[in-house]
Amino acid sequence: MDLLTEYGGGLRNDGRRGHELRKIRCRLGVFSQSDGSAYIEQGNTKVLAAVYGPRPVRNKQIKVHGSVLINFQYSMAVFSTGERKTRPRGDRKTSEISLQLRQAVSAAIMTEVHPRSQIDIFVEVLQADGGNFCACVNAATLALIDAGIPMREYVVACSASLAGDTPLVDISHLEETLGGPNLTVAALPLSGKVAVMELSQKLHLDHLPRVLDCALKGCADIHAILDTAIKQHLIKVAGARGLGKKFHLGQQTQNKLKNDKEEEEEEDDEMSKKDVEMITL
Amino acid sequence: MLTSKTFLKKNKRGNVLKIVREHYLRDDLSCGSELCDECDSKEAILEKVPTSNSKQYTVPHYLLLDTNIILQQIDALEEPTLCNIVVIQTILQEVKHRSSSVYKRLKDLITNPNRKFYVFVNEHHHETYVERNPGESINDRNDRALRRVATWYEEHLSSHVRVILLTEDVRNRDLATGEGLLSCSIASYISQLTNGEPLLDKLSKIDAAVETSVKDSLYPLHATPTEIHAGIKSKTFLQGSFQASRENFLEGQVNCEGYDKPILVQGRDGLNRAIDGDTVAVRLLPEDQWSAPLELVLEDEGNMEDDEGGEEGKELMKKKSVPVAERRPTGQIVGIIKRKWRQYCGILQANPMAGSSRHLFVPAERKIPKIRVETRQIATLSTQRIVVAIDSWPRHSRYPQGHFVRALGPIGDKDTENEVLLLEHDVPHSKFSDLVLSYLPQMPWTITDEEVSRRSDLRHLDVCSVDPPGCTDIDDALHCRPLDNGNLEVGVHIADVSHFIKPGTPLDDEAALRATTVYLVDKRIDMVPGLLSGNLCSLRGNEERLAFSVIWELTEDARIVDAKFCKSVIRSRAALTYEQAQLIIDDPSQQTSIATSLRGLNRLAKILKKRRMDNGALVLASPEIRFHMDSETHEPLEVVAKKMRETNSMVEEFMLLANITVAEKIFHEFPDNAMLRRHPVPPPANFEPLQHAAKRQGFELNVSTGKDLATSLDLAVKPDNPYFNTMLRIIATRCMLQAVYFSSGMVQQSDFHHYGLAAPIYTHFTSPIRRYADIIVHRLLAACIGADATYPALLDKKASTALCYNLNYRNRQAQYAGRASVALHTHLFFRSRVQDEDGYVLYVRKNALQVLIPKYGLEGTLFLRCDSPGVSWTYNEKEQCQSCGNVVFHSFDPVTVQLSLDRSNVQHEKLVLKLVRPVIDGYSVPSVGNNTQDDDVDMVGEKNEAEAGGTEKEQGDCDQPETKKRKKKNKKNK
Ligand SMILES: [Zn+2]
Repeated sequence: MDLLTEYGGGLRNDGRRGHELRKIRCRLGVFSQSDGSAYIEQGNTKVLAAVYGPRPVRNKQIKVHGSVLINFQYSMAVFSTGERKTRPRGDRKTSEISLQLRQAVSAAIMTEVHPRSQIDIFVEVLQADGGNFCACVNAATLALIDAGIPMREYVVACSASLAGDTPLVDISHLEETLGGPNLTVAALPLSGKVAVMELSQKLHLDHLPRVLDCALKGCADIHAILDTAIKQHLIKVAGARGLGKKFHLGQQTQNKLKNDKEEEEEEDDEMSKKDVEMITL
Repeated sequence: MLTSKTFLKKNKRGNVLKIVREHYLRDDLSCGSELCDECDSKEAILEKVPTSNSKQYTVPHYLLLDTNIILQQIDALEEPTLCNIVVIQTILQEVKHRSSSVYKRLKDLITNPNRKFYVFVNEHHHETYVERNPGESINDRNDRALRRVATWYEEHLSSHVRVILLTEDVRNRDLATGEGLLSCSIASYISQLTNGEPLLDKLSKIDAAVETSVKDSLYPLHATPTEIHAGIKSKTFLQGSFQASRENFLEGQVNCEGYDKPILVQGRDGLNRAIDGDTVAVRLLPEDQWSAPLELVLEDEGNMEDDEGGEEGKELMKKKSVPVAERRPTGQIVGIIKRKWRQYCGILQANPMAGSSRHLFVPAERKIPKIRVETRQIATLSTQRIVVAIDSWPRHSRYPQGHFVRALGPIGDKDTENEVLLLEHDVPHSKFSDLVLSYLPQMPWTITDEEVSRRSDLRHLDVCSVDPPGCTDIDDALHCRPLDNGNLEVGVHIADVSHFIKPGTPLDDEAALRATTVYLVDKRIDMVPGLLSGNLCSLRGNEERLAFSVIWELTEDARIVDAKFCKSVIRSRAALTYEQAQLIIDDPSQQTSIATSLRGLNRLAKILKKRRMDNGALVLASPEIRFHMDSETHEPLEVVAKKMRETNSMVEEFMLLANITVAEKIFHEFPDNAMLRRHPVPPPANFEPLQHAAKRQGFELNVSTGKDLATSLDLAVKPDNPYFNTMLRIIATRCMLQAVYFSSGMVQQSDFHHYGLAAPIYTHFTSPIRRYADIIVHRLLAACIGADATYPALLDKKASTALCYNLNYRNRQAQYAGRASVALHTHLFFRSRVQDEDGYVLYVRKNALQVLIPKYGLEGTLFLRCDSPGVSWTYNEKEQCQSCGNVVFHSFDPVTVQLSLDRSNVQHEKLVLKLVRPVIDGYSVPSVGNNTQDDDVDMVGEKNEAEAGGTEKEQGDCDQPETKKRKKKNKKNK
């Protein structure tokens, strides 16, 4: 099996074209106990995130001066892959991912605002189908916003690969296993800064700009989707508190958001119903 | 815009996994018709108004093909008659899954713009995707998907152009008709065509008739797949590959995994329609019914009409009482698991009934049964070599049924026989397609400054190449110069083929498929198009070329201080032949930089060679010959043995050094994916014949390690028989296993060893023009030094294992084809000659002597017949000798034999050996003298004429031990 099939002018195995993201669905405020929480689906990768804090540093031994201590914990559910197995928490691979995730969100959180305090972020991969890291970053961003933690801007992550000369965005698990260089980028899309970048294989330098551009474009697209989802969430929350009128969104946007909402409720009963596109192409 | 749909898929990987994959449906996929203005017109391939040649369907129409049509009728589809065809993705995937060869041929059709094949992506089209219903089989679902596409096209094109669904599946046809679609079988469609006549011969004859009554059946029923599966699970059946006997058409054996001895199968019932190469299920008979192989040559003399006959079969079945000791496990084939049919070359045996269109086809390969074909062109075809494909083998038919594919040319013609040879060895040899050629660089080609800036500029170095005369594909060039610190710098520069062949392009795919350039006696089948092999890649003298260089710093005693790798630009100062290089080295008056460079190389090479020999590298021997051809008729004029010069071994040593250095480097960087080459240590049992043969001559060979073997071979010299040592080495070569390519992640590091070269790690780097493995190694090395990018397949263990498998297979086939070509030319050479030659007995057999004739590098069988009075041969198994009266033959004894060609069988001409000396009354023949022809063969060895086509250069890579010579002469007893 190749990354690109030979028909339809080079479709990917799941029917996407190179520059197309998987379908993204997300929801904010899914828990009530945490200060902020979010759930995101990128295709079949599903991640739950919860944020606690800012609160005083628990472990007094750790001295933090001037900035906030960010504690990021990444884990995968027992049932998250096809094969069921218990995953030890805190093994090397997990702590490495946790570390990188912390690095990604640290770039966006205004750490100087809450000195001598800590923020705990927990993400759990419920279902893994490629791009776990990316979905975790995106979920964390949503949860941080839900928690009202001041951020410079969203930090958004997206992966990209290369098939022949065609860059591919948002790599699924199948595509990960088929080989090819897998570039994961966590970026601040508005300022165009890159927070974390990781490459799984050797890639010739000549190709890097193209793949990187592709990943950044993916980040920007995801950013737009997350942004819409957050605004929609705020309308809902605000509406419930009778503050709805304070948001001055254009009529059109409101309608669109309404449609999205309706459709989201329906889709659980009938998967095959056509969805209104959330992805900007 | 995209819509998403999730579906479930279960995969088995040890335990059952539930795999969920997303499946996106789109609305931007084109229907591919020029008629349509809704869809993307860029992709439109199908004609707006297709002309209809059908008497039945006069409306313009497109054809929609079902899987069964493609799999069975690919020969007919390749005829340019049918055009405007829609192939849907579902079917394409099914074809790919079922037969990779048909898939490849279909892909060729699809890329051919004249044929107007369009691939419609139905599985991702939002209006044609169908979900599998609960309880519905995959096949039914796919049939439904096909009908859905047909319906969609009819609606989409508003029936301006109709769609005809071609399928052999009656049920599918009925359902389609029920849904208001046009549908028919391919045979009925073609029969209604005004221009369909030539297609009819090519139609595959699938006997639709269900198994006829038991009375008519000649063969037992095959077990169903479910029964076979259950049988294998319960160990009542064994699975293995069927190997037909060359001598007896009613005998064969099945090699089963997990069963150490091959299982013998005999008779029509036992073979039960298995054809050589098929994977079969076999049932072992109870031990009291076991039998032994018949020591008989049985040729199938049957012709068309005697279906009921087959007397010899019945006789065979009458079991003679076989001594228990000789009995072998015997079984009966109960079912076919996988057919391995291919296309076969051969000739037609005309039906004795004049005017009949049904004939028998006799394949050139003796292991393949005769095949029934139907053709109306018997008059023209009976003198031709033709190609036939098998379609089916019904129970009531004595022979399999097939159809005519194409004619190759007149029987006995050299070009035709070459073609047969290539086809029978599965050597891809068609012209490079336009698609492939379109990936070649534009001419005139120059090296741009930009390209130079990316490379090391080595044009100032005095590089030269040394090759056999007439070589046009120069892979390698060398240089050597002293460094300031007293060490020497040696460079091996290899043609940078991977610069021109980018991964994943059709050019690359074609080269990967061909895997190697095949050298026949009078012909070279290139792996890459001539523009590359003979020009742009070839490191010609005084031309700037791109190269991949390995540059060492060596001490005076040839120890490596440092090795560097770089992509470079070089300008070879001279393309020398081995002989020219030798002359330059030997002529002290030559003091040019090339001359000093060559002398330096030569000196280092001798040190390297000595070190290699001390490490236990083997010097093996195989009779190597070449033909001198008449430049006009291209008939072989004479045969001479190849000559080795010091310069041959000079080039060889540095190629080996480069290969080993590169192997270490790529293995270090890519421990899991490096493409390497290993030569396994032969099991000790392989050496038994060699040890026995040597022992009878009073030599004890130690075979425990390669080094021991090398040393003891060196010591085994008989002053009175100078050829003795060479013969020992020839026999030793046949004890070896084949060297193979492998991916380093798939084999334990301890098994990387190259036995023949006594190297712990080895690969092929130095001949990328003629070997695909070298291209892969180039790419790996380029990735190591950051000169090029990797790509998924390069680092995918599975893909590289599959690639290695193909490379090994093609290499073997290329070797066999090369030998068959030598055999063919030997035959052509002896057509007009009867000659006496000196030879040596290589092996003593039960009824024959295997005689080696050094002059022709030829091995023949001298049958020891007892048909004349007073002649009787006694075979002494213990002593391995044959005696007749007071004449005794042992291995290595000199003999004189008379060579001539027996042309009684048009398909299988054979060389006949008759004994001349020692004289045995009533058996030996009188000498004919050595001058039947005017030319004196002995003289020619010294002359140096252009080697035909630059055959087999760089013997240095002699890591290809000859396996058992395939030139098996026909063993015909009594
Ligand atoms: Zn259309």
